[in-house]
Amino acid sequence: MIPFAYSKPTDVAGALQLAGPDSHFIAGGTNLLDLMKENVAQPQRLIDITGLPLREVTATASGGLSIGALVGNAELARHPRIEADYPLLAQAILAGASPQLRNMASSGGNLLQRTRCAYFYDSAVPCNKRAPGTGCPARSGLNRNHAILGASQHCVAVHPSDMCVALAALEATVQVQGPAGSRQIAFADFHRLPGEQPERDNTLADNELITAIELPAPRFAEHVHYLKVRDRASYAFALISVAAALRLEGERIGELRLALGGVAHKPWRDPALEARFQGQPATSATYTQIAQAMLSGAQPLAHNAFKVTLAHNAIIRALGQAQRRQGATA
Amino acid sequence: MSDSDCIPAHQPLELSINGQRHQLQVAPWMTLLDLLRDQLDLTGSKKGCDHGQCGACTVLRNGQRVNACLTLAIMCDGDCITTIEGLADDERLHPLQQAFIRHDAFQCGYCTPGQICSAVALASEGRALSRAEIQEGMSGNLCRCGAYGNIVAAVEEALPQMIASDQGGPRA
Amino acid sequence: MSAQAISGQPLDRTDGPAKVTGKARYAGEYPAEGLLYGSVVSSAVAHGRIRHIDCQAALALPGVIEVLHHGNRPPMAADDEPYEDDDAADGHPFRPLFNDRVLYSGQPVALVIAENLELARYAGSLVRVEIDAGSHQTDLCAARDQGYDAPAELPKPRGDFAEAFNAAPLRIDAQYSTPNEHHNPMEPHASTVIVEADGSLLIHDKTQGTQNSQAYVQEVFKLPKEQVRVCAAFVGGAFGSGLRPQYQLALAVMGALKLKRSVRVTLTRQQMFTFGYRPRTLQRLQLGADADGRLLAIRHEATGQTSRFEDFSEHVVEWSGMLYRCDNVAMAYQLVPLDVYTPLDMRAPGAALGLIGLECAMDELAEQVGLDPVALRQVNFADSNGNEGKPYSSKALRECYEQGAERFGWERRNPVPRSQQEGDELIGWGMAGGVWEAMQMKASAKARLDADGHLWVSSATTDIGTGTYTVMTQIAADAAGMAVEDITFQLGDSSLPTAPLQGGSFTVSSVGSAVRQACQVLRSKLVTLAQARYPALAGEPADRFVVADGQLQVGERRFAFADLLQGAGDDALEVQITAEPGAKREGFACATHSAVFVEVRVDEALGTLRVSRVVSAVAAGRVINPKTARSQILGGVVWGVGMALHEQAEVDHNLGRTMNHNLAEYHIPVNADMGEVEVIFVDEPDDIVNELGSKGVGEIGVVGVAAAVANALYHATGRRVRDFPLTVDKILG
Repeated sequence: MIPFAYSKPTDVAGALQLAGPDSHFIAGGTNLLDLMKENVAQPQRLIDITGLPLREVTATASGGLSIGALVGNAELARHPRIEADYPLLAQAILAGASPQLRNMASSGGNLLQRTRCAYFYDSAVPCNKRAPGTGCPARSGLNRNHAILGASQHCVAVHPSDMCVALAALEATVQVQGPAGSRQIAFADFHRLPGEQPERDNTLADNELITAIELPAPRFAEHVHYLKVRDRASYAFALISVAAALRLEGERIGELRLALGGVAHKPWRDPALEARFQGQPATSATYTQIAQAMLSGAQPLAHNAFKVTLAHNAIIRALGQAQRRQGATA
Repeated sequence: MSDSDCIPAHQPLELSINGQRHQLQVAPWMTLLDLLRDQLDLTGSKKGCDHGQCGACTVLRNGQRVNACLTLAIMCDGDCITTIEGLADDERLHPLQQAFIRHDAFQCGYCTPGQICSAVALASEGRALSRAEIQEGMSGNLCRCGAYGNIVAAVEEALPQMIASDQGGPRA
Repeated sequence: MSAQAISGQPLDRTDGPAKVTGKARYAGEYPAEGLLYGSVVSSAVAHGRIRHIDCQAALALPGVIEVLHHGNRPPMAADDEPYEDDDAADGHPFRPLFNDRVLYSGQPVALVIAENLELARYAGSLVRVEIDAGSHQTDLCAARDQGYDAPAELPKPRGDFAEAFNAAPLRIDAQYSTPNEHHNPMEPHASTVIVEADGSLLIHDKTQGTQNSQAYVQEVFKLPKEQVRVCAAFVGGAFGSGLRPQYQLALAVMGALKLKRSVRVTLTRQQMFTFGYRPRTLQRLQLGADADGRLLAIRHEATGQTSRFEDFSEHVVEWSGMLYRCDNVAMAYQLVPLDVYTPLDMRAPGAALGLIGLECAMDELAEQVGLDPVALRQVNFADSNGNEGKPYSSKALRECYEQGAERFGWERRNPVPRSQQEGDELIGWGMAGGVWEAMQMKASAKARLDADGHLWVSSATTDIGTGTYTVMTQIAADAAGMAVEDITFQLGDSSLPTAPLQGGSFTVSSVGSAVRQACQVLRSKLVTLAQARYPALAGEPADRFVVADGQLQVGERRFAFADLLQGAGDDALEVQITAEPGAKREGFACATHSAVFVEVRVDEALGTLRVSRVVSAVAAGRVINPKTARSQILGGVVWGVGMALHEQAEVDHNLGRTMNHNLAEYHIPVNADMGEVEVIFVDEPDDIVNELGSKGVGEIGVVGVAAAVANALYHATGRRVRDFPLTVDKILG
């Protein structure tokens, strides 16, 4: 890593004041330090935000929950309110990384994880995301782990987070504060597709800081399932993951939420599709139709066509599991 | 900051390691792992990957297991760190250390300090009871020698003892 | 003499306390006055010539001492011979920083030396290496037409394969492939070179052969022998990666010689993917059999990759000529040179690959014959090694089949694929056999009994986690008739008596034989000495002499060693012995065998496979320490599961570069991947293989496991996957 200056402000205003074009906020550091060691990230100043008062999980006026950006991933997954009311989120968090990393990683930082694309990580080779304009060797190279939806000519990387897939399904809101004040970003608008600017993972403006993640009032505490398929039993990034949440009305789907991980540059969701299946029978035949619709636009690369089949099967499985499940966490 | 005179100066850091207070000066880019190994000669914490992908560097930070390789030392100001060197009580081995020997839960020994520190935390987290839960809870620690079965056996044996005597917790 | 043999007992590791307390120091952990840290700069292209290396920005940093490269390194040998270590392949060995040639992606091209590690790494990122890149080829399949016969001599063909195969009523002709795999011991390769006051070098190196590294350094840098000592007290795994001196050793020595200061070079995990590895292979198995399953013809063909500078060969196909009885056997083994580093022996080299082809093909044959896979193997049992025409010194493989099958519950197996299901999981049972050579090498050991009555036994061997410290102590205890507590076994030091590389599962047989002999001779010398000094002891039989509590005890009488030794005018009693393979072995083939039974649970919709249960039954002669030996087999099974399901280097052939060069994407099994594993050591007396009757267990645990998993996958799903590893994309229904 390159040398950097270090400072540790004690309030948000102080942190924002220190922020500049070559600075980076650091909390858990699990991804940022990794990237710095690979010379992928090269901040000249690290602003340690672990001294900021962003560690609370509090109830919101609308019956939801506000999660401070510094709440640790492990702590969040084991929070009684999360376990009881948002089990999908708990499951997703616990499917990611290792116990050590979950202890270290912060909630806000989890949203800012960068892709595991091997070309992005290896600063000796071209990559449009790391070095815009240098090309995308993954398109013609190794792309087994890459995107099947929403990719561009410039980038076929996928977002690596598990937690974010659940947050997408739960329609969380990201609270940010920046030089221009604070604002809220709907989760669907937080991460972006690569398009012409693969170097941009999300819609944060310069020097904006995530302060909290807000969950709406719980609507999916029972019939949920987070399904993650990976190359080994634990401690591996997802090939495909599915966050499935159902509200059942008798034998019909009252409400459906579905988000996919491992398929695109962001957690993949299709609210229109979800709405379309409202009122349909909660059967595997319906789930198959949902899977087909969800993946109808898939454009696999040379080595990842299997992901279309896998995602299809995983959606059906996850919805079936969600339907059978009764609120349990694990 | 590639100018030669721009390498940032050391900054003060105070922390407790295995019950002993240290007042140190560190460069901001020094990881907790390099501080332990290179500056304090506490080489029990191992560097297997330096990227949070193997768990060999696992130490307890304020009682929680963390990867020391992805922790900046400067960010640990005021913290209590427990490493493998701090688990035994003088010459009396920690129950997990004894169980690791009895069950031959290691071969080359390089991942072992991380495995043991991780298992100490696993006990204090109080969530892993079944064999499958222990296996999942220990999956952040790779063992290339393949001692997994014996590691699980050692943890299974020592868990009740640790929970009873509260030896899973941190030692300040 | 102790009443009960120490050998055969499940002694805890003698180095256990050091390892569980963090006190065991590995190569990159020795402190030294004014120690400098080296960081390796690597090539990003696979083939080319270095045009220019710009070190200015790096050298301008305060604390950066030197940037070494081919243009300014200290003198080193130019010819091949000094680089030809004990495990060198045929050809021209790689010479680090020797000249401007870039031979593979990841090749070291410079070494930055600085006052601390992070600074060295940062400075390394500022070194600009300009390379005129040439064209490259790293794809074995694409370059297959450039293959040639491997230089290694294959067993002569026997009978007439073609005729027998064509006439056989049942035939299997199948192709299998395996990827590049990297050793990835948990400890990255490291060398700490300490420059002593007299200018000599004390080197702590990660190696499986301290004397191999010592000779390499001495010869490559033309140093007097006594100026170089290499130690490896603890080795954090190696699995073959330490069989050859790796480039960090040469680089650290260069730095120390150039600067006259102590230097440490530790490779990054990424750099652990830039030297020897298990090579990708393509295999073709042809089996011909009669209606009863008797093998009439076997042909095993393998193609492996190698570098452009060395021909790496291993025993991939030989096993197919020795595991089963068959009169018509042919083998072929080709190498394809690529712009890559030379492969290197990796745990059960060759066998771990060849047995995949052979044992998967046997499973396919069993189905065609309509015979149980175990029964097919029993029908074809070989009492002798057909390659050599020699009977086996012992071969309790039948017992492995029987005891393994019984423990596993194999008789309940429904042979029909897809016949067992629980929920979303199909359950499959598969098995395979395994074989590995039981070798013995020349080795020396020294036994020294000091005035306190403590026995120091030593040899230059290493303990890479195998349990050498412990089992040698046990062997010494029995041979000397002393308690384990009174014995210290010393290893990992090139100045100790000569030992072979630690590899090939031959350390117990080789070093153990030397230890045993040295301690036996020491004991008889002690008896002779005592009887000469104390005439009253003259008639006492030797087995009445007990060495314990710092005294010689004969019946009720006690004699202090100090007195005894003083009489002999010495401060210790010392014996050094060199043991060689016994003449008895000559007419025999010696090998370990195994039978592995595996249960898998396959979720076809998700493409996942879980190995839920394994029974490994092993015939390895006499087991010195059942606890550590079991651990070797358990570890081997984990390796087999990794080979079956996880491990593969992902090479971008456009870039000529391995891309998953980390432990997040180069998957080895994690704890949660492993089901229950049971190990059985079947009784296998053998007084021919060596005087200990012990065959070694380091490799056999791996062999056959991957094939058994693939066979179990077939039994579960009816799908044959012949391209390893068996990943989600290949299993997906």
